[in-house]
Amino acid sequence: MITTYLFYFLSFLTIMFALMVVFSKNPVHSVLYLVMAFFTIAGHYVLLNAQFLAAVHVIVYAGAIMVLFLFVIMLLNLNKETEPHKSPWLKFSAVIAAGLLLVVLVGSLKGATNIMATNNFDANIGLIENLGKTLFQDFLLPFEISSILLLAAMVGAVLLGKKSIK
Amino acid sequence: MSAIQVVPIEWYLLLCTVLFTIGVLGVLFRRNAIIIFMSIEIMLNAVNLLLVAFSSYLSDSKGQVFVFFIMAVAAAEVAVGLAILMMVYRNTKSSDIDMLNKLKW
Amino acid sequence: MIKLVWLVPLLPLIGFVIIGLFGKKLSKGIVGTIGSGTVMAAFAVALGIFFELKGGTQKEFTIELFNWISAGKLSIPFSFLIDPLSSLFLLIITGIGFLIHLYSTGYMSHDEGFSRFFAYLNLFIFFMLLLVLGSNYLIMFVGWEGVGLCSYLLIGFWFKNTAFNNAAKKAFIMNRIGDLGFLLGIILIFVTFGSIGYHDVFEQAKNMATGNPTLTAIALLLFVGAMGKSAQLPLYTWLPDAMAGPTPVSALIHAATMVTAGIYMIARSNVLYTLSPDAMNVVAVVGVCTALFAATIGLAQNDIKKVLAYSTVSQLGYMFLALGVGAYTGAVFHVMTHAFFKALLFLGAGSVIHAMGGEQDIRKMGGLKKYISTTHITFLLGTLAIAGCFPFSGFFSKDEILAQAYEHNKLLWFLGILGAAMTTFYMFRLYFLTFHGKFRGTHEQEHHLHESPKSMTIPLIVLAILSVVGGLVGIPAALGGTHFLEAFLSPVFEFSSFRIVQAASHETEYMLMGIATLIMILAIYFAYTVFVKNNRVPAAEGDETSAIHKLVYNKYWVDEIYENLITKPLNMISEAFYKLIDNQVVDGIVNGVGSTVKWLSSTIRLVQTGNTGFYIFVMVISIVLILFSQLF
Repeated sequence: MITTYLFYFLSFLTIMFALMVVFSKNPVHSVLYLVMAFFTIAGHYVLLNAQFLAAVHVIVYAGAIMVLFLFVIMLLNLNKETEPHKSPWLKFSAVIAAGLLLVVLVGSLKGATNIMATNNFDANIGLIENLGKTLFQDFLLPFEISSILLLAAMVGAVLLGKKSIK
Repeated sequence: MSAIQVVPIEWYLLLCTVLFTIGVLGVLFRRNAIIIFMSIEIMLNAVNLLLVAFSSYLSDSKGQVFVFFIMAVAAAEVAVGLAILMMVYRNTKSSDIDMLNKLKW
Repeated sequence: MIKLVWLVPLLPLIGFVIIGLFGKKLSKGIVGTIGSGTVMAAFAVALGIFFELKGGTQKEFTIELFNWISAGKLSIPFSFLIDPLSSLFLLIITGIGFLIHLYSTGYMSHDEGFSRFFAYLNLFIFFMLLLVLGSNYLIMFVGWEGVGLCSYLLIGFWFKNTAFNNAAKKAFIMNRIGDLGFLLGIILIFVTFGSIGYHDVFEQAKNMATGNPTLTAIALLLFVGAMGKSAQLPLYTWLPDAMAGPTPVSALIHAATMVTAGIYMIARSNVLYTLSPDAMNVVAVVGVCTALFAATIGLAQNDIKKVLAYSTVSQLGYMFLALGVGAYTGAVFHVMTHAFFKALLFLGAGSVIHAMGGEQDIRKMGGLKKYISTTHITFLLGTLAIAGCFPFSGFFSKDEILAQAYEHNKLLWFLGILGAAMTTFYMFRLYFLTFHGKFRGTHEQEHHLHESPKSMTIPLIVLAILSVVGGLVGIPAALGGTHFLEAFLSPVFEFSSFRIVQAASHETEYMLMGIATLIMILAIYFAYTVFVKNNRVPAAEGDETSAIHKLVYNKYWVDEIYENLITKPLNMISEAFYKLIDNQVVDGIVNGVGSTVKWLSSTIRLVQTGNTGFYIFVMVISIVLILFSQLF
């Protein structure tokens, strides 16, 4: 029972923090709310028996990516509420569009058949041992290629971040 | 006691849909490029969460491996995206995406 | 030998390729040797095929080379049909072709386009062989078009002369009208029988009732094709103009071979014609009308080649008369003898022109027998042959045609004999004016007169011998012969033979021969009185002449009538269409589409604001719409 309540609570927090990210005026606050949202998502991972992924998630997102965001905001000096306002009409249309998308997505989910947990439920697949086996046996080539992607991204970021590229 | 034995997968589907829609709303609603970036991260995470949920429900670790790759791509995307943002800010002194309107006829 | 039949068309094609590609670099001797040699080799193979066919029991061979077109129901193999008819035509084409090639090495020796001439000539032989060898109508059509092309190229051989070019275009366009009929006929054959192979078509046709309207339509459409190619009324006017080409061309293409393609085609399709009597009547009437009409024009022409050209048209008319009355053998027989003596006459005329230094007007000739005796004798033999003098070749073939016509319809016979009389008259008029009397040209020309070289006289002599003895293959039973040709060709015309009127009793035939010979002698005597005894010379240009003479001299103004009735209105309509439809409507639509797109794009491109937010918004809305459409 407690797991169910935990799920409801985490879900509520996730959605709330996500909304705060979108609606808070100060970008720095947005970043902090996003960090909170990521922590709650990590909580969901734990609930789903994906302990290793939860750890990785916290490290990569909350630790690395969000720090990058913060740095950029600090560098650009965006901590003030400098953002020019969109017209109310545009904001309204944005909400309507997003709402429509939600309705349509939920509507399409209605028709989906019910998937139940398989009987041969294995609580250990989220463990590092199983994941490592899958990653280095079935997905070795994509794994190696992703390293090239990261290298390329690194080079690109350095090149773009240089003071003057002529 | 894990969640999958008590929480039906429909709830996860709904949660992820809502999260994803919030991300879309953020992209549409805000003009600050940084916030739009964060909204995109929210969308990515919604998808990640769903992948993990299905992976657990089907007892198949491939879904979680996939999440790794998405994280790698997201990291790369953020690095390059933020670098571009820096450049844009340096040139326009603004992070307003409405300034980026050169892409027309 | 029959298995080697592919060599027959291939050899001239090789000759064409070699001469066409390297002709400019080779000396004239080598070009002439290649050109004539390949045709002679083809003749040797054809001779082998002929004797094998004659000796063997199987009279029909189909040699399939490869599968040519295969689409849906339509399957056309590229195959050759060897039977007595095609083997006979092979002999005529390659044999006479070789002699004319040989003659050309002398006749064209001073021409700068020597190698081009031989290339075209070899190409022509190739296509002509394809035409007669094909085992279905499509290969015949390919050859048919190919010879038309070569005819065009060779008529306009001296392309620097505008009049010659116009003659070439005229021949090409008039042939096109006929070709359209032929093509429609082929399509109708395919629609009716589901095949265009001779064998399939004829086997199926044999089961159809006589007078079937579809068969009649096919026969008439094919005959339209024959009209164009074989210069019958009303499409004959291109042939006299085609004399613009070099004389060997006139001899080979426009007398001996190409113009007989129509006869070959109808003889090949004899089953279809036999089953449609109406079409045969049309063929006979058109044939006899052409024979008479062209003969009258021939009476008053002064150009040595024009006379021969009208004579060719007239003789072709005889052949169609023969086809129309069911005398298929007679028609093919006449094709053969005509090929001999008409090629001889044209080559003789070429020799005369050569001697006269390019002069073609018989009013400026006369008394040439002293100077060019070989040409004179051979020309006389050819003239006697065409006049139908016993025992020259023309006598037998003409007699056979007239006898069959007599049995079929007395009026056709009468018109035919009238044409024969005129033929005799104008041919002897030509002969007397050219070789007898006093020389009427300039002193310079008289000085220039000389006999042609050996390469030109040898073909003349060979052809003269053939013209004299060529008729011996078809001596009718009435004269104690066996008619070898009829026996040889009988497998081809087996189906039609039941319908062919059996040659009349020997008494009737003797009577007809007697009448023909009598009329011929009278015509010769008349020509002799007028042109030798009285030394009459045709009126010079501009002299006052009788109305009838004017009418005939100007070829009944047929060219002018065509010009005014067809060409000018067509030009006017084209002009109107060009100005109205093309300039206004078509260009308007095209330009309108262009300017509309330009205007639309300049308006619609404003939608591309460059605002990223707007793009995202549109994207989301689109995703919503797509997902929404998937919901239902």
